[in-house]
Amino acid sequence: MNLWRTQIIWPVLAVAGTFLAGITGCNKPSGGETAASDVIKVGEFASLTGSEATFGQSSHQGTQMAVDDLNAAGGLLGKKIQLLTEDDQSQAGQPATVARKLISRDGVVAILGEVASSRSLEAAPICQQNKIPMISPSSTNPKVTETGDYIFRVCFIDPFQGTVMANFARKTLKLNTAAVLTDVKSDYSLGLAKFFKAGFTADGGKILVEQNYSAGDKDFNAQLTAIKAQNPDGIFVPGYYTEVGLIALQARQLGFTGPIFGGDGWESSSLVPIGGKALEGCYFSTHYSPEDTSPAVQDFVKRFRAQHQETPDAMAALGYDSAMILADAVKRAGSTGGAKVAAALAATKDFAGITGKITIDANRNASKPAVILTIKDGQFKYVETIAP
Amino acid sequence: MFNFEQVDVWQRVIEFLQQLINGLALGSILALIALGYTMVYGILRFINFAHGDIFMLGAFAGFYLAPKIAAVLPTPSIWAGLAVMGISMMICAAIGVVIERFAYRPLRRSPKLAVLITAIGVSLFLEYTGQLVFGAAPKKFPDLIPVYPLTQFGGLSINSNQVLVLGVTLLLLLALKFITLKTKIGTAMRALSFNPEAAALMGINTDFVISFTFALGSALAAAAGILYAISYPAIDPLMGILPGLKAFVAAVLGGIGNLPGAALGGLIIGVTETLVSGYISSTYRDAIAFGVLILILLIKPSGLLGKKEVEKV
Repeated sequence: MNLWRTQIIWPVLAVAGTFLAGITGCNKPSGGETAASDVIKVGEFASLTGSEATFGQSSHQGTQMAVDDLNAAGGLLGKKIQLLTEDDQSQAGQPATVARKLISRDGVVAILGEVASSRSLEAAPICQQNKIPMISPSSTNPKVTETGDYIFRVCFIDPFQGTVMANFARKTLKLNTAAVLTDVKSDYSLGLAKFFKAGFTADGGKILVEQNYSAGDKDFNAQLTAIKAQNPDGIFVPGYYTEVGLIALQARQLGFTGPIFGGDGWESSSLVPIGGKALEGCYFSTHYSPEDTSPAVQDFVKRFRAQHQETPDAMAALGYDSAMILADAVKRAGSTGGAKVAAALAATKDFAGITGKITIDANRNASKPAVILTIKDGQFKYVETIAP
Repeated sequence: MFNFEQVDVWQRVIEFLQQLINGLALGSILALIALGYTMVYGILRFINFAHGDIFMLGAFAGFYLAPKIAAVLPTPSIWAGLAVMGISMMICAAIGVVIERFAYRPLRRSPKLAVLITAIGVSLFLEYTGQLVFGAAPKKFPDLIPVYPLTQFGGLSINSNQVLVLGVTLLLLLALKFITLKTKIGTAMRALSFNPEAAALMGINTDFVISFTFALGSALAAAAGILYAISYPAIDPLMGILPGLKAFVAAVLGGIGNLPGAALGGLIIGVTETLVSGYISSTYRDAIAFGVLILILLIKPSGLLGKKEVEKV
């Protein structure tokens, strides 16, 4: 039955969605009112609506703030920047459409986006083909930048995050043994688990037991009982926040007292309400902490709060950095030509972003530190920064 | 310092017992949902696919009621839990009656397939209206009932919740048995399940009896929804799909139409799933649980406790 639901409902919704997008797309001004020579057009595609809307909105707010800051400081190469934002509705198929539109109709010089790796992967070949540099703020899947030499990102990638958590578990938490509980439905989770296991064992740790679950599960007692029987020092759960909250609850009910830790999929305001006290003393890695005491971060947090009445999350900080790193490259290139900007982007070294010092490596990925947060009294607290 | 082999065997026994308890706790919720499925089938020979979504509505009713109850009764306490469960059961009973009145009753004389398709439609309607009204993001179900660890003996942990779930399921099963066997309305329900036309000729108000059946089944689903939400406190509008499907399987496994069979089926599915996840791999969990269903049906086509039915031609 499930099968027929997905087969009937999603196509219908997708068709309806495309149709609606067509209508709204026609109503939008094409952005050609200002004379082309006065502005530098930068495209952005984001999941402003749909299932990952909170991520997309955050990211967009950060990007918009960066563009406003740049314009307030006099713009780029003596011109103002115009940010053209397209909503891909968190839907497969949309990123390709809007990327083509941004390039061919609006004539943007570069494209920023997206949060979700699957959607960045859709737009990337189009940008590559048209030789338009694309910067993904927060897609962590390694495949995204493998598309070609015009595709960059400002976040770290899954292998790095898995390795960071392995080091953290060995060195800071001093764990000798660990269990891994992986979401087998998610590439993200599988990637993190793989690199965690490699890093942890390479450092002399021992993985006692590996268990799986599927996103959407609610009962993890069976897996956790099997894990607890091996008595590991800690459990690595590279999943998303809904399941993580329930996993922590059930692990504590079964009497497991060691640390539970994971990756940036944990970072959500919904994590603590579900997991509650069970999450106290658990850890996860992410891209930045609003508690970072550096003046640049504090200034960013203060201004973001004033504008949006909420503390910027990692997506907002990465959105900000994606626009700033593009501006930096255009300045160094002295031109908006695609090839020159791409070359300048590739040469980015020690750029001081909100999310840390960013160096673009040979594979066009950001080499930068990760931040470890813990949960204390229901709040995310900064623990340490781990450099690559 | 230790006799390692002995420790190992002891730990394995504890682990197995723990898995059994996990399975029984999960299974008794499935059993509760299965009771509703099987009862409606027993009377109307019709599978109410929206049953899993009534289960979801029960959990959401509890979610919205809890703060109101907390204003009157101290929360978390057993009384607040019972009050929320009682009111949710009433709300869902009413919803069940309304669904039957407007979606199924007009089709009572139509082919069975039309009603079945309508049930799937009602199910989808409830799920996606739920997404619209409640939002698609999972919500935290409030702590209604205090959870006490009953034992941590030798690493075996049983908490009050697991016992409560099993207890409530058994209690509701007995209550249901009593209603169907000892009361007047129960007799009418059984009469209807034997032969609706003859029952109507004997002066039984069939519409009322069918409404009552739906009310009862939906109330059971609501109770299951609350218990499920207490055990796994993240609720969302699509939470009813999989438990609903599994409860349906449990009902078929136990012999659809048979109340103790549904309860037994639920327990078997719950324990099988847990043991497969714990000892083999959660990836094969559903495959093996449903494989067991196929196996049992091959050997005993009418289900474990089901009676052989002679097709009347």
